[in-house]
Amino acid sequence: MSSKPKTLFEKVWEQHVVVEPEGEPTLLYIDLQLLHEVTSPQAFEGLRLTGRKVRRPDRCIATVDHNVPTTKEGRLKIVDQIAATQIAALRSNCAEFGIELYDVDSPEQGIVHVIGPELGITKPGMTIVCGDSHTSTHGAFGALAFGIGTSEVEHVLATQTLPQSKPKTFRIAIEGELPRGVTAKDIILAIIGQIGTDGATGCVVEYAGSAIRALSMEGRMTVCNMSIEAGARAGMIAPDEKTFAYLKGRRFSPKGAEWDKAVAEWKKLPTDPGAKFDRELVIDAAKLTPYVSWGTSPGMVAPITASVPDPAATQNEQERKGLERALEYMNLKAGTPLQEVEIDRVFIGSCTNGRLEDLRAAAHIARGYKVSTKVSAMVVPGSQAVKDQAEKEGLDRIFREAGFEWREPGCSMCLAMNPDILAPGERCASTSNRNFEGRQGRGGRTHLVSPEMAAAAAITGHFVDIRKWEVKG
Amino acid sequence: MNPFRKLTALAAPLDRTNVDTDQIIPKQFLKRIERTGYGEFLFYDWRKNAAGDPDPAFVLNDPRYKGAQILIAGKNFACGSSREHAAWALENYGFRVVIAPSFADIFFSNAGKNGIVLARLSEEQVAELLNNAKTIPNYQLTVSLEEQTVTDSKGFKASFEVDPFRKFCLIEGLDDIGLTLRHQAALDAFETRHDQANWLKAK
Repeated sequence: MSSKPKTLFEKVWEQHVVVEPEGEPTLLYIDLQLLHEVTSPQAFEGLRLTGRKVRRPDRCIATVDHNVPTTKEGRLKIVDQIAATQIAALRSNCAEFGIELYDVDSPEQGIVHVIGPELGITKPGMTIVCGDSHTSTHGAFGALAFGIGTSEVEHVLATQTLPQSKPKTFRIAIEGELPRGVTAKDIILAIIGQIGTDGATGCVVEYAGSAIRALSMEGRMTVCNMSIEAGARAGMIAPDEKTFAYLKGRRFSPKGAEWDKAVAEWKKLPTDPGAKFDRELVIDAAKLTPYVSWGTSPGMVAPITASVPDPAATQNEQERKGLERALEYMNLKAGTPLQEVEIDRVFIGSCTNGRLEDLRAAAHIARGYKVSTKVSAMVVPGSQAVKDQAEKEGLDRIFREAGFEWREPGCSMCLAMNPDILAPGERCASTSNRNFEGRQGRGGRTHLVSPEMAAAAAITGHFVDIRKWEVKG
Repeated sequence: MNPFRKLTALAAPLDRTNVDTDQIIPKQFLKRIERTGYGEFLFYDWRKNAAGDPDPAFVLNDPRYKGAQILIAGKNFACGSSREHAAWALENYGFRVVIAPSFADIFFSNAGKNGIVLARLSEEQVAELLNNAKTIPNYQLTVSLEEQTVTDSKGFKASFEVDPFRKFCLIEGLDDIGLTLRHQAALDAFETRHDQANWLKAK
């Protein structure tokens, strides 16, 4: 007797169905809610106004990341009064409702999507939500993890559930071996470039194929992180031995006999052979290159060897106007080789590329070189733990000697809610996830790249093909 | 939230695709801890120039569209960040309906929770409405949630789809948490069972 083959997503979904009322969305149980200062204050206020409690404080974790300053002095006294008020509100809300908070001075502090996995809070098979669209990061572990709005944050605080319509499934397989110099960031930029920023709307994407299996857990997190930039509800990757090896021994991972039981359960999660997806796409890994975004939407990407595209080649009038507008905002001329585009700033960090491996990769490129005199470059570790480990390995020294600033952890210039911000007209090579107009500061121009590409651009002052980089030492 | 049945109102054309939530409500306004007062910051970086003065080229600064309650936009409206502030800003400004060929998922959910009706029409229909709103003075549309239609006085008529439960909640203006708590017994029973699964525990 075998039941119908199921996808990873379907298995996780089914284990969390509380009730499926006739004619209504499914009520889905949420195993974990991550909270931060920006999208939670109105949710807690809503609970107070209605006299409701947090149903399961033990299934919540909070930290401060979005608007914390990344300089030591800046953190001692936050001069932005509105930001300080928001952080203070999270502090008092967590105290009032009994939620564990990793505060600005805590050794666990960091970007929510970095600390969840590193503390072993994120686990395969879980449902995870957060008032942040990059919650999809946790899908790298085989969790169903997605971003929600503040009303939904309040809903989960009050009920530990969410009414959800079942999304469609979309399998994207990256098959073959990645060429040297091509990273997890390039995989996801290539996918978004190919299917568009609404290419996976309404879908949960499962990333599969030999190139995904070959990625480290950190690389898988980078891929899942930017699922939202393709419009996806979530991104997932089946748990395997690498997943278990990553989680074993972490603070909140199961221990002893419980660990063995957990692994046995997690091993049941991968998609069954023969399971059907609503959509499928296969991409040849060997054809991927390092990518650079050139426009104001993450779908506007091109290989490093390409030139800025010409809008005149686009038939659809609305699309053409969009491209023209993007080039005008970016101050780029059609036909300019991307390797000739000069930059003013470099940002290495964020929930996309602020983990230890990202910093190791960037340091490997930067070692023995100096940052261009025309460029101001900063490295912002994703968490205190990442920062501590990087310092143990001497990565901070490599960066500092090259002329990068070495900062305290937070979201920083990914969205520039804190003092790390581009001046109007400044051009930035950034390892973050969004190149929207004004994302890193009003009038600022963002180019999305991998950590390696960002480090190389810092040194040369323009984009370079990392495959030709000469590593020193 | 305010119930919605039917609205006849001025329509404003925002002829852009992939309008992201960073444009709808820029980050500097996300530091507030209130749920209201975002209307004046809607599309701030597009409405105001670097000096903070209104940019006359932006559609919502055109006096013709003052008081518009219906927004017409290109595909993939409100992509990007999960910030519900985008829905609050649209609602606080006075918009009750957005018409577009497609919407991003998280915004779709956020809009529903704030009484904003999202009408998905075809690209051709949206192109026609954008053109009408640009060229016909005081162009009014009627959006009926009960009938699931968008009409004008000149013969335009289009239907849009709405999930029946979402429609019911919008028409009644219902609070989601209250609705979920109807399933309290099922939730208690599920949770007791589910708590046995240590491999799914946060801590």
